[in-house]
Amino acid sequence: MTAINANRPIVEIENVSKRYRVDTLGPTSLAEAFRAMLPGRKQPATPNDFGVRNGDIPGTFWSLRDVNFSVQRGEIVGLIGKNGAGKSTLLKLISRITEPTKGRITLRGRIASLLEVGTGFHPELTGRENIFLNGAILGMKRWEIQAKFAEIVEFAEVGSFLDTPVKRYSSGMFVRLAFAVAAHLDPEILLIDEVLAVGDAGFQQKCLGKMSEVASQGGRTIFFVSHNLTAIRALCTRAVLIEDGTAKLSGAPEEVITHYLAATTPTSEGEAGRIVYKEDAPSVDELRLTSLTLRNSRDEVCAIFDANEPIHVELRYRVTERLRGARMLVSLYTTEGDLVLTMTDHELHKPTLEPGEYCTRFAVPGGLLNRRAYSFCASSDAPGIRYLISGGKHLPFTVVGAGNHLSQFPERWPGAVCPRITTTVELNP
Amino acid sequence: MAEPSTQPEPTGNYEIIIEPSKSWLRINWREMWEYRDLLSILIRRDFLAKYKQTVLGPIWFVLQPLLTAVVMSIAFNKIGGIDTDGIPSLIFNLCALLSWSYFSQNITTGAATFTANSHLFGKVYFPRLVVPAAAAISNLFALGLQLIVFLAFFAWYAATGSNVHIGLSALLAIPLFLITGIFSLGVSLLLAASTAKYRDLSHLTPVLLQLWMFASPVFYPMKKITENATFGWLAWANPMAAVVEATRDVLLKGGQMSPELPTMLGISTLAAVLALVLGVIAFNRAERTVVDSV
Repeated sequence: MTAINANRPIVEIENVSKRYRVDTLGPTSLAEAFRAMLPGRKQPATPNDFGVRNGDIPGTFWSLRDVNFSVQRGEIVGLIGKNGAGKSTLLKLISRITEPTKGRITLRGRIASLLEVGTGFHPELTGRENIFLNGAILGMKRWEIQAKFAEIVEFAEVGSFLDTPVKRYSSGMFVRLAFAVAAHLDPEILLIDEVLAVGDAGFQQKCLGKMSEVASQGGRTIFFVSHNLTAIRALCTRAVLIEDGTAKLSGAPEEVITHYLAATTPTSEGEAGRIVYKEDAPSVDELRLTSLTLRNSRDEVCAIFDANEPIHVELRYRVTERLRGARMLVSLYTTEGDLVLTMTDHELHKPTLEPGEYCTRFAVPGGLLNRRAYSFCASSDAPGIRYLISGGKHLPFTVVGAGNHLSQFPERWPGAVCPRITTTVELNP
Repeated sequence: MAEPSTQPEPTGNYEIIIEPSKSWLRINWREMWEYRDLLSILIRRDFLAKYKQTVLGPIWFVLQPLLTAVVMSIAFNKIGGIDTDGIPSLIFNLCALLSWSYFSQNITTGAATFTANSHLFGKVYFPRLVVPAAAAISNLFALGLQLIVFLAFFAWYAATGSNVHIGLSALLAIPLFLITGIFSLGVSLLLAASTAKYRDLSHLTPVLLQLWMFASPVFYPMKKITENATFGWLAWANPMAAVVEATRDVLLKGGQMSPELPTMLGISTLAAVLALVLGVIAFNRAERTVVDSV
């Protein structure tokens, strides 16, 4: 590598903005185009036709606005932020899928992106053919693919199915093969977006292992977009918080994640600490969830609780037809998606629920949870008969304060829960 | 796993700048060259994926034009009574369909580039031009298969004493197919760029293509148009007319041509090059932000 570029940032992002249209993306039919040509009806035709004028144009929004940061060779950068904050847009710009509206990105190395595994897989082609096709689409040369072919096949564990069309693969095999190709890319800059959301736990572990292996070889720069904060913490050397289209905070992963979690509030479903279920929320004919609300000991709706105060959980629901044997469940999860506990009102319901509005209240005692981010998710079933409602929205909240671990250090305490434990220390007992 | 051979190529002064483009023609030829492996793999994919899962496999590439030739011979020449210069109508049509099917195949696949690949284009970057280029090249395989079938029919007709001749001039078919390829690629790129913006065109394209076929001397000799007082200009305005007629002249008539045909072919060549240049420009303009709207 010549000295000229070795010391300069491998990725430089300068004043990058991206504007999208939200109403209609320009005239999409000829009739509209003709109408737009009439006097006084002039409309920009494509998202970037606005030129570089300043100011907001009705019917558009800035997905990114004046993002500035640069990345050195070998850094592993985790991009975190809420859905819609602009993380994926940023990766799309860096990977040249679309152009910025303003600003400039300079890349000083070969780039490969992994925005979704299996990109370009053709169902009719065999595993072998797809390895070559997918590799080439991701920017590998034929000889590079050949050199790594055996390694890819071994990693994917598809062995004897190599010459079978991938449409006959199970979804697990498909994902394994797709990730195997991608994991063997050798770019200087690698972009990864949410790929770890797929596959079983064992395979996810393997993927994380592969990522850290690639990362530890040094020299490779990785951009990693994920909601898996544990993975970000474990793998990244830096985290950047993207909020409302700007790079709000950049620094050590721990620091940025802490800041992010403290500010975590649900946005799409109204205020922090409450979900009001919409029409499209999971429901059955007889039963529909209305709302899930969190209250502190002063009866205020909120999403941040002190470790020692109880959390009052209130689930409201409507029974529209007589319903036999139903119970309501509220489960507590960590942000990594691990189930901590499940609460139910099973014993309190009559065998048959009459139509009407119901409310089930749970009180989670103080001094039980750890200082970290969690979420509640409501569901319902008729035990031994059927599931009624599952897969609904999660209601996130954060536990803060001194906690129960008797440690005075401001460290992050491990564990899904942190109940009060009676602890004694004796010398020479 | 870090063996030297698998390390990234040294890219010391490698620098990519991503910014809103100002120039309206910005084609990175070096990059196109770097993706030549993708081009060859896509050519293979297009060919394989088209006939896998079908019982007759690659036979479809010849069966389609053959059936068209049979149907059109019956409709135009037997029932419609259009004469074919003393050449048996089946081979007359089959010959013209060599260049015409290649043309229409390229248009159909090329025009849908953005809409058919929107999922892929939204996920990963590579020079988009590779996709229609690969399709146009892979369609050449179909043309090759068709050519074999044509030659088989030719041999049979020649043996049974029909009025068909072939000579060295048959080699001129190669530049004719080349013009067809260039022209159809250009037109399909223009259509792809417009279809990305105006979805209506995807419905219009097949109709347009059919009208174009009937306006070209595929199932009738060229003189039917040139001698027509009202539509005579169509022969000059339609670059495919001269190409289709010339294909027949070199493959069935031993190279005999009407005196104005070479001039018409010159115009077709110019039109093909112009279409390709305009097509590449329009396609490149469209590809930069097409994922935002498709």
